[in-house]
Amino acid sequence: MAVERSLLEVNNLETGFRFGDVYHNAVDDVSLTLENNEILAIVGESGCGKSTLATSIMGLHDPKNTEIKGEVIYKDLNLLDLNEKLYNRIRGNDIGMIFQDPLGSLNPLMTIYNQISESLEYHSDLNEEQRRARVLELLNQVGIPRPEQIMKNYPHELSGGMRQRVVIAIALANKPPVIIADEPTTALDVTIQAQILDLMVDIQDETGSGIILITHDLGVVAETADRVAVMYAGQIVEEAPVEELFANPKHPYTRSLLNSIPHELEDDDDELHVIHGTVPSLQKLPRKGCRFAPRIPWIPEDSHEENPVLHEISPNHKVRCTCWKHFHFEGEDE
Amino acid sequence: MWKTIIRRVLLMIPQILILSILIFILADFMPGDPFTGLVDPNLDPAQLDAMREAYGLNDPLPVKYVRWMKNALQGDFGRSFNYQQPVTAVIAGRMGNTIRLSLLSIILTYLIGLPLGILAGRYNESILDKTVLVYNFVSFAVPIFVLALLMVWVFGYNLNWFPARGSISVNAVTQWDKWMSQLYHLLLPSITTAILGTTSIIQYLRSEIIDAKVSDYVKTARSKGVPIQKVYTKHIFRNASLPIASGFGFTIVSLFTGSIFIEKIFTYRGMGYLFLQSINTRDYSVIFVLALFYGFLGLIGTLLSDVILMAVDPRIRID
Ligand SMILES: Nc1ncnc2c1ncn2[C@@H]1O[C@H](COP(=O)(O)OP(=O)(O)OP(=O)(O)O)[C@@H](O)[C@H]1O
Ligand code: SF4
Ligand SMILES: [Mg+2]
Repeated sequence: MAVERSLLEVNNLETGFRFGDVYHNAVDDVSLTLENNEILAIVGESGCGKSTLATSIMGLHDPKNTEIKGEVIYKDLNLLDLNEKLYNRIRGNDIGMIFQDPLGSLNPLMTIYNQISESLEYHSDLNEEQRRARVLELLNQVGIPRPEQIMKNYPHELSGGMRQRVVIAIALANKPPVIIADEPTTALDVTIQAQILDLMVDIQDETGSGIILITHDLGVVAETADRVAVMYAGQIVEEAPVEELFANPKHPYTRSLLNSIPHELEDDDDELHVIHGTVPSLQKLPRKGCRFAPRIPWIPEDSHEENPVLHEISPNHKVRCTCWKHFHFEGEDE
Repeated sequence: MWKTIIRRVLLMIPQILILSILIFILADFMPGDPFTGLVDPNLDPAQLDAMREAYGLNDPLPVKYVRWMKNALQGDFGRSFNYQQPVTAVIAGRMGNTIRLSLLSIILTYLIGLPLGILAGRYNESILDKTVLVYNFVSFAVPIFVLALLMVWVFGYNLNWFPARGSISVNAVTQWDKWMSQLYHLLLPSITTAILGTTSIIQYLRSEIIDAKVSDYVKTARSKGVPIQKVYTKHIFRNASLPIASGFGFTIVSLFTGSIFIEKIFTYRGMGYLFLQSINTRDYSVIFVLALFYGFLGLIGTLLSDVILMAVDPRIRID
């Protein structure tokens, strides 16, 4: 056994959804680690399985229609083996979660106070008065003005940014070592987005927790993350520290996200190639060979790997496949 | 909230006024009058006309309306030709029966509807859910009189479990016996009404619960570590019951009006029975007041629904 384990380890996680009699993996053999004091960003376009990964870690899937394999190791426990009761001790206490839509993720019929306090009720023996004090403290921490008043309000009485601060306060309530934020800023205006990101970074500084930040916005990644994992069609295609990834992106998908246009080395005509299309649906996804190949049809067949796996090309920089060597991107150095 | 309620109540005054004019006009369109079908064929037409004149039936409509309104404001809603009694007395004599019937129907409706809806939504796709859906489909598809006749035929005549007609047994002497007899007579018609009333409750509750289950706020609640049972009681059911709660006012109204047919089929002497009977005997003054009462009930039901919605949903502010 390793001497020092990561804060959270995801090993070969597979999450399949049932379609009739068959399961299709939305998360396909994903392995990750999260350390203390780190923001790990997971990027990828819509439908690539980011939320599924997050909810799988939280164990929130309906077991009737989902099949989960692999391990989620936290404190030497495989969370996926836990029964509901034990899992509920972890949820909210050890892992806090922040969702995308701050209006939808708050119960419209409950006051802000009750929603934050609920999280404390199940994980602490604070009495009513202490809970009140803690809720006030949290509201202050997430930068909500007039917390005494706001906590008596209902979600619809708050602006989007304020609601997202409340959602963050809920996630922070029990000082969880791990926080998973699933697109926490996507539903907000740009100015509010920046505020919320600053808040998350501050919180991370203060609490030293490890944060998994899910986003499809590379700007967000550049500003906040320490490490990045790029996901495509349920798999991680590239993973690297943030500076490395931006300076030296390898996988064609990463490069296309970084807005370069893939360009063949030996291509002599100057035709520009743009990546079209979206992530295929789960049923249509090719399970053999490379998943991204269909979206870069101008790359010669023989440059693709048969069954690409993650290679560590330099310390901490992993790329799925080796064919990145066979072409480069316009504007990139040779 | 009180301000809103008071304003809404005040607003009801002109609404009722308009309603009364409409019903008055409609009643006037109805063919015949209380003397048309009178049994004594020897009555001289001239004499009949004199009687009409005496009762003010030949006056122009506005005159009749104003006269009626004046009296109504003093608590005199006219006399029933058929019963030769004040309309208020005739209706009051029936009101108790209908209120009892409606009350029991409402209780049974919710007693059957709420648990079935909750179970079907909570365990959707299960055998239980599918059974409830079949029940619901049948209760939705079967017309009220078919179900009522079926109930009378099966449980009243064939099995003889319940009295199939009437509202009280003549043999009941003591007060206790009377109550029991009334309750016994109520069961069949109120169960019938309730079965029909559960359809929408079950349907709403079930689909609201199924929607709420996958909502984001439920994900939030679960990610706080709230046990699933608590997630249901504190988050899902509360949200899912909003349309049921706000539908309460309408449900009451529909039970009252639905009881018109039920009372007829079960020969249950309540207001609905009286209403149909008065139409047959062209007892205008009774028809008019009853129609007005049903209209008034509709207004109250709407108000009640809005008030409940305001009370249970903090997002709603009705002005
Ligand atoms: N409960 C479910 N049942 C069936 N398929 C699902 C379910 N949830 C997600 N999927 C499918 O799994 C794939 C991944 O979805 P997921 O929501 O994880 O993507 P995402 O990366 O979070 O996308 P977005 O950026 O839009 O949030 C999609 O193809 C989606 O349609
Ligand atoms: S083999 Fe080609 S298409 Fe596949 S992952 Fe590698 S670069 Fe992408
Ligand atoms: Mg998502």
